[in-house]
Amino acid sequence: MVGVSTSPVQLDEPEVDDVAQLASPWVTIVWNDPVNLMSYVTFVFQKYFGYGKKKAEKLMLEVHEDGRSVVSTGTREAMERDVQAMHEYGLWATMQKADQR
Amino acid sequence: MSGFRHHRRSGASVATFTAFEADLLRSLAGQLIELLRNESATAAVQGDPLERLLDFSGPTTEPEDPVLARLFPTAYPDDQEAAEDFRRFTESGLRDGKAGAAAAIIDALEEAGLTSEPEDGTFIDVELDEEAAMTWMRSFTDMRLAIATRLEVEEGDEDYWHSLPDDDPRAQVHDIYDWLGYLQETLVHVLD
Repeated sequence: MVGVSTSPVQLDEPEVDDVAQLASPWVTIVWNDPVNLMSYVTFVFQKYFGYGKKKAEKLMLEVHEDGRSVVSTGTREAMERDVQAMHEYGLWATMQKADQR
Repeated sequence: MSGFRHHRRSGASVATFTAFEADLLRSLAGQLIELLRNESATAAVQGDPLERLLDFSGPTTEPEDPVLARLFPTAYPDDQEAAEDFRRFTESGLRDGKAGAAAAIIDALEEAGLTSEPEDGTFIDVELDEEAAMTWMRSFTDMRLAIATRLEVEEGDEDYWHSLPDDDPRAQVHDIYDWLGYLQETLVHVLD
């Protein structure tokens, strides 16, 4: 028999893991390649991440000049979505923990 | 040769291709589709044969073809297990998306009047709404990545390509690569 409780809902205390995850987020890294156009890469950063033109251009130049740039930060799940989207656009993207290296 | 421009009244991205250009674009899109379907995108599970037969999910290892390896890079360079999981859950869908985008280009060209054996002197006008333009733009990227990987294009090597004699097939393919870049640049400009 299944009853419906009328007592107040007990919320779980946040677990330590969640806190640790907040403390060390993940990052999406886009790497330089000799193929993609600077205008296209900037456009993708604007379109997908919703960044302003200035920020998108700064990230694009980082990719171009430094060979890589962190383009987004967040939970592991969010970064997996971002990496997948970058691959859809043909950009070379990887992910790792923010504090790695 | 002309690229994409913004059609003021409809807001569409429009371009006029010669029959030769449209035919070339169709052929490149067709080759991309073939490549995406060529190397099996199914799982290569090692070990238990029963498990292997029952595994209908995506692939886990990096494709052997360098073009496919570039189109579907390893997401976790330092974590093989996570990389395999990511690939299993994303690669098949990404392949379908890229093949679908290339197919959309072929459809649009044929709807615009490209026949199986186009006559010289005919022109193909395409008109793309924003979504279609985004699809073409992504597919241009895939074609460029494919060609560049085959040609082994490197950063800042333009002088080398321009130094090749005109009848060198690699120079001709590189011209196509540049042309796709031009088309993409004009399309980005229209959409921006």
